[in-house]
Amino acid sequence: MEAILAVVIGVLYATGLYLMMRRNIAKFIIGLALLSHGANLLIFTAGGLSRGKAPIIPEGAEAPAGLIADPLPQALILTAIVISFALLAFALVLFLRTHQEIRTDDMERLRSTDR
Amino acid sequence: MNAWLIAPVALPLFAAILSLALRTRVRFQRIVSVCANAAALSIALALFNAVRTDGVLVLQLGSWPAPFGITFVADLFSAIMLVLSGLMGLAVAVYGLATMDEARERHGYHMLFHVLMMGVNGAFLTGDLFNLYVWFEVMLMASFVLLSLGGERAQLEGAIKYVALNFLSSALFLAGVGILYGISGTLNMADLSQVLAQPAHQGIINMISMLFLVAFGIKAALFPLFFWLPASYHTPPHPVSAIFAGLLTKVGVYALIRVFTLVFRQDVAFTHQIILILAAFTMVTGVLGAAAQMDIRRILSFHIVSQIGYMVMGLGLFTELALAGSVFYIMHHIIVKTNLFLVAGVVQRLAGSNELKKIGGVYRAAPWLAVLFLVPALSLAGIPPLSGFFAKLTLIVDALRGGSWAMAAVALSVGLLTLFSMTKIWNEVFWKPAPEGKPTLPLAAIPVRERIALLLPIIVLATCTVCIGLGSGWMFDLARQTAEQLLDPRDYVTAVLGVTEAP
Repeated sequence: MEAILAVVIGVLYATGLYLMMRRNIAKFIIGLALLSHGANLLIFTAGGLSRGKAPIIPEGAEAPAGLIADPLPQALILTAIVISFALLAFALVLFLRTHQEIRTDDMERLRSTDR
Repeated sequence: MNAWLIAPVALPLFAAILSLALRTRVRFQRIVSVCANAAALSIALALFNAVRTDGVLVLQLGSWPAPFGITFVADLFSAIMLVLSGLMGLAVAVYGLATMDEARERHGYHMLFHVLMMGVNGAFLTGDLFNLYVWFEVMLMASFVLLSLGGERAQLEGAIKYVALNFLSSALFLAGVGILYGISGTLNMADLSQVLAQPAHQGIINMISMLFLVAFGIKAALFPLFFWLPASYHTPPHPVSAIFAGLLTKVGVYALIRVFTLVFRQDVAFTHQIILILAAFTMVTGVLGAAAQMDIRRILSFHIVSQIGYMVMGLGLFTELALAGSVFYIMHHIIVKTNLFLVAGVVQRLAGSNELKKIGGVYRAAPWLAVLFLVPALSLAGIPPLSGFFAKLTLIVDALRGGSWAMAAVALSVGLLTLFSMTKIWNEVFWKPAPEGKPTLPLAAIPVRERIALLLPIIVLATCTVCIGLGSGWMFDLARQTAEQLLDPRDYVTAVLGVTEAP
């Protein structure tokens, strides 16, 4: 399972970074989205994949019985998904405003602040 | 005092909610803004005082014991940063009273400002890496909107570059956090510093440390990852760019210093050598970039980059004296840089522009403003007895002691080039006559109340700069104690985890 996920993460990172290097801002934003998915899956995989039970401590016990799945990576991913969703929404609105204002989706033409 | 650690985060949050509720009532928002920032500064000073007398303060949120819950920690370094952020917040809030336009205030400028301060303070206080990521995002989100609020063409262009690179940096940071959790099973920084002290996994730890270096390097505007900064910092209104210039990159530097003194300290010969080389390139490219610019704020933006080099240089040298130099440099730089941006705002008001070619004669029209510019400008260049001199001196002395001749030479020559840039601004903006048909207004042309709001923060910050210079002995002792704490994190670890384990 790790091997498959590793390949998936690799593909997500590669396509994400490739799209981010394009001049088109829309493609760039899609690249950002793919990259953050890659990062989320990376946390998921690096946190350890185990076929454990849900991490719920039975009543009266101090620790859960047997092998349990680590809940923390999922909590981290959930937080990261929410954050990247907000960022993505902002990036899209920013792109829309820029497009209305400057009438271009080409990064190369956004150079007035670099000079 | 421990429970008060939540206040620097909670207070701006309440202020933000209040501002949101008072959306249409700009007057009340302004009052809330000044009061909240003044309160934040007083709390920060009280915390600083408590940390100085009682040592490291720790707050376990929700009373979950250390490696499991989220921990807020204030050691000397955090406390100093909190005081600085409080001071900048108040200065810029007062300054904003006279410069922000009502449209932006109606659309949430005050609310976003509080959220920004919340993110910055949270990043300084947290003792958990993932929580640090969350605070970074809070801060970034607010800064994205502040940067693009108003929707002028230049702002939008600057915002796209800023958003793009910071998004990338967050993704790398997140990846680093994930892998680190995978090998160590913890994200509490104090716990990490113990777990990673065991000599296993050295190769992969170095790899992770490089991920963090790139992620924080983008936020701190290290060479070669700084391009977003000079492309965006000169586009928003002056109060916004002043608070950005003072605090945001320094949060990146703070995170670098924190992580590379507490967590990644096993292979100093490798990691800190890379940091040192990056610092040298950062200084040189920043200052050379500034030499080519013809807009006050763009010149100052490039100087942020070059000054970041000095702060990171102390981390790269990794001795007590060098770290003390870094801390001193941060204290000096935040005040000076914010102040220069504030002065640039007044120049804009009087002369109508920030482009060197289009303005002039400010000295004749407003001689006192020229004096107020000279204090931070000369301090930035490192002229004694102002604060910048002692900060640079410490770093250079340590570089010479450690035999890093090249580093010392770079630091000295960059100082000289900084002086060149400041002289350029002085000549073009203050000294040369105003261009034909565009006379520069005197300070008296600004209504009295606005004049006070504009000049008071500048005067206070300039006084701070002079005081840091004159009281440099006391400040240096403070920086030295901070560096001691950073180099020997046992106090920090004990305070957070509660138990002492033999290292």
